[in-house]
Amino acid sequence: MSTYSLEHKEYLKKIRKEKIVVTFFRFLIILIFLIGWELLSHFKLINTFLSSSPSKVFSTMLSLFADGSLFRHIGITLYEVLLSFIIATVIGIVVSIILWSRPIISKIIDPYLTILNSLPKVALGPLIIIWVGASINSIIFMALLISTFITIINIYSGFISTDKGYITLLRSLKANKRQIFTKVIWPSNYMTIINALKINISMNLIGVIMGELLVSKSGLGYLIMYGSQVFNIDLVITSVVILAIISYLMYFIIDKIEVIVLNKNS
Amino acid sequence: MKNKILSVKNLKKCFHDKKTEIKALEDISFDIYDKEFVSIVGPSGCGKSTILSILSGLEKQSDGEFKFSKDVTIGYMLQDDSLFFWRTILENCLIGLEITGKLNEESKNYVIQLLQTYGLGDFMNKYPSSLSGGMRQRVALIRTLAIKPDILLLDEAMSALDYQSRLAISDDIYKIIKNEGKTAIMVTHDIAEAISMSDRVIVISKRPGTVKSIYDIELSNKSTPINNRKCKEFSLYYDKIWRDLDVHI
Repeated sequence: MSTYSLEHKEYLKKIRKEKIVVTFFRFLIILIFLIGWELLSHFKLINTFLSSSPSKVFSTMLSLFADGSLFRHIGITLYEVLLSFIIATVIGIVVSIILWSRPIISKIIDPYLTILNSLPKVALGPLIIIWVGASINSIIFMALLISTFITIINIYSGFISTDKGYITLLRSLKANKRQIFTKVIWPSNYMTIINALKINISMNLIGVIMGELLVSKSGLGYLIMYGSQVFNIDLVITSVVILAIISYLMYFIIDKIEVIVLNKNS
Repeated sequence: MKNKILSVKNLKKCFHDKKTEIKALEDISFDIYDKEFVSIVGPSGCGKSTILSILSGLEKQSDGEFKFSKDVTIGYMLQDDSLFFWRTILENCLIGLEITGKLNEESKNYVIQLLQTYGLGDFMNKYPSSLSGGMRQRVALIRTLAIKPDILLLDEAMSALDYQSRLAISDDIYKIIKNEGKTAIMVTHDIAEAISMSDRVIVISKRPGTVKSIYDIELSNKSTPINNRKCKEFSLYYDKIWRDLDVHI
């Protein structure tokens, strides 16, 4: 530390100060929000039946925890998200490889891919239930419909926008398609794939919750649906809060993976 | 008598798009001899790079033929160094051996030795992003040399660099190529670069490209490219080629 110049120390101090300010205000916002919400409901300024309160959310969470259903619902939802995430990733990568290695196929199916991607998949919900049945399968199916096409499109467009110079170099060495893929396309697209997976996982979360709202008997989406049907707003809001925490954690984990991959590659 | 290593006869190349057919090369013929350094100069868009693409097998000629005297290995070096950012310098230089399936202890040691000989030993395990443009180009040359090519094809290999690095790296590359006893064909738009480095200069006309003239570069005290620029014959060749190129703006 002593080797740093005075100016540099000032600079470090400034950074530290900024970090403290950011952290402080982050907590301040959530604190004001929670306290305000609690006070408003405590003094009956808002209808607690409709808008619940932090203490009620907390106690609902505790009772869900106490009867063991909290982790069961979270577990089911996470399981469904993870399963559809893995399937969508595998399909996304495999299809992208096929499209990349056979441009003619890509040309042919391009409009269909676009239509399927932009179609609001919720519209298919009732159909899915009829076709696949009211089970976990329809939830996975729904999630896959929402996540797979965008994953394919993202990974594939990464593949085809690979630096042409790299490919020319390998072609001048008489490399075959498989070599071009394994030596250039794949390693140069780590970041594309990580970004595609980021979108993929949040799409799957959306899809799973949507599926659970439609058909399920457990999971966070089910809790929300059930809560609204019996007019237990505490339960609905508690589930939404848990969902928010989960989606943040998922994002956080992928972000960490990204940092690890980045460090390995630079 | 020098050994002929390549002969090109009546090469023709057309490019097609929806609306038109572009005649890039009309009629190109020349011979290349062993250990020779030959430059091809011509106005931009004359199809000079296409000649190298055809020789390297990246493109197919529309008509005409070219023949190598024996089964040669070709090293192709482009303007863009295309170093893989996810590989170290050494790993970058080994890519050719990996692709051609010739990577083993011996060939790897050869590449390491090349890197050390040409001042890149300390950077072997670094990534390309930490190198300057000139050094990256030197790495690209060693990557090209790694597969022990008989003929080097240099396509505007130095053009992306700033003027000073370009002069310095021209000297470097020239020395490396001569040291390793390679034959080289270099495409450039820079007349001075062509004269200073080459044994012969082939001038290509504007599109559709034909061979306009071929000059044997004979300088009174020929040494390195930078010094060659000071020879008294240098400006004579420069004037002749400039006239041949017939530049109008």
